[in-house]
Amino acid sequence: MRNKLALCWLIAATTASGQDLLAELEKQAPSENEYVSASFKGTRLVNGQTIETKGKGELEFIFAHRFGPLSSGAYELYGLDQAYVRLGLEYGITDRLGVGLGRNSEDKTMDAYLRYKLLRQQSGQGMPVSVTAFGIAGYKFSPRDEDAGYDIQSTDRLSYVGQLLIARKFSPALTLQLMPSFVHKNAVDPAIEKNNSAALGFGGRLKVTRSVALTTEYYYRFDVPSGNPYHNPVGFGIDIETGGHVFQLVMTNSRGLTERAFLTETNGDFFAGDISFGFNVTRTFQLSKQK
Amino acid sequence: MKRLFWMLIALAPGPLTAQKFISETSRVTFFSKATIEDIAAVNEKSIALFDAGSGDIAFSVPVKEFTFEKSLMREHFNEKYMETEKYPKATFQGKVTGYSLSATGPQPARAAGKLTVHGVTRDVEVAGTLEVKGDRLLLAAKFMVTLEDYKVKRPQVLWKNIAEAVEVTVDFTFKPNEK
Repeated sequence: MRNKLALCWLIAATTASGQDLLAELEKQAPSENEYVSASFKGTRLVNGQTIETKGKGELEFIFAHRFGPLSSGAYELYGLDQAYVRLGLEYGITDRLGVGLGRNSEDKTMDAYLRYKLLRQQSGQGMPVSVTAFGIAGYKFSPRDEDAGYDIQSTDRLSYVGQLLIARKFSPALTLQLMPSFVHKNAVDPAIEKNNSAALGFGGRLKVTRSVALTTEYYYRFDVPSGNPYHNPVGFGIDIETGGHVFQLVMTNSRGLTERAFLTETNGDFFAGDISFGFNVTRTFQLSKQK
Repeated sequence: MKRLFWMLIALAPGPLTAQKFISETSRVTFFSKATIEDIAAVNEKSIALFDAGSGDIAFSVPVKEFTFEKSLMREHFNEKYMETEKYPKATFQGKVTGYSLSATGPQPARAAGKLTVHGVTRDVEVAGTLEVKGDRLLLAAKFMVTLEDYKVKRPQVLWKNIAEAVEVTVDFTFKPNEK
């Protein structure tokens, strides 16, 4: 008995030597899987959305521009004479649920959307991807009732897009994203379009410095009717972050800034030089304090 | 048998016969005072071990757990400045000296050792206080950390939002480590 006690005392005395306190501490640390943050710099990749949501109480003002195509030549100053604008606001109701509103001059479209982060990527052995569900409704004010050429109903002006955004941050620099998308338009010209259509998007960003990242995005449209004059949207961009601002400079064949417009009505043929310069500028305001 | 009884008495833990302590609560904060905005952050997820006999101490701060007033600050802090994915923890390992376990009330103490922040380890010496309260030990310290020393880059142009040195406070309550 005495020997056992002496042994215990000896063990206690030697482990108390303290040299490896830090190593011992690491063993105490709960090795829980942490959520991965900042997969992208902002909520927009090029034209479309990322898995990112605004933090609770954050209000983001988004000001986006798409100029005319470079192929329009010197007369249009390579597209700079024409521009479509979208002004938008997005608010974080919780860290995972966001709501947004916007107005795009292209087709005079009002849009409203919700996004919800369903799954959050974790480090280590945890959840491998982040998944955000995104749903947007758009209302085209163009054309005017009297200019439509037929008895246009207000329901004809509506369209809906649902997306699942699936992203994985492979390293602090590289994030890739997949975007299965579904579009429903209430009214279409059946010669060139269907009411329901699907597309699959691929995209990613590569951070080159801690404030600058390169981005790209491409959507492949499935089962497009043969008379359809539109193209698959593609875009490349540079994200530049300075404090509360993110500047995204982009080159894309799409000029629409809402999901319906760029997914199903991209006019430009990228390989024929129908590439437009554009930018998204965001400014984030914290309206309510965290915690 | 009688001898065993006396041995047990001798080994029985009374107030502060314990030598090894583990953190019960922790609060690490930093404060950056700059022209445009003050930035404050709090972290209550740190853990620490303290050997009151030898004075050896170690603590580990999970950098990601600092909370800020603005969630964008937290993102920038982790993503742009601390590179938290690369360097998830800030640690200190060293020795506390100049205290007596029999004294009551807060008493001044010094801690010297290695502070690791943003993957950079430096020798530091900080002044703080130690207080014995029942079977608990309270340790507190306040010191300045110069960001450049730890290769934390500050933005060069555009905004003067971050101070050159931030004030760090460390507050730990220790309980006897029964293990």
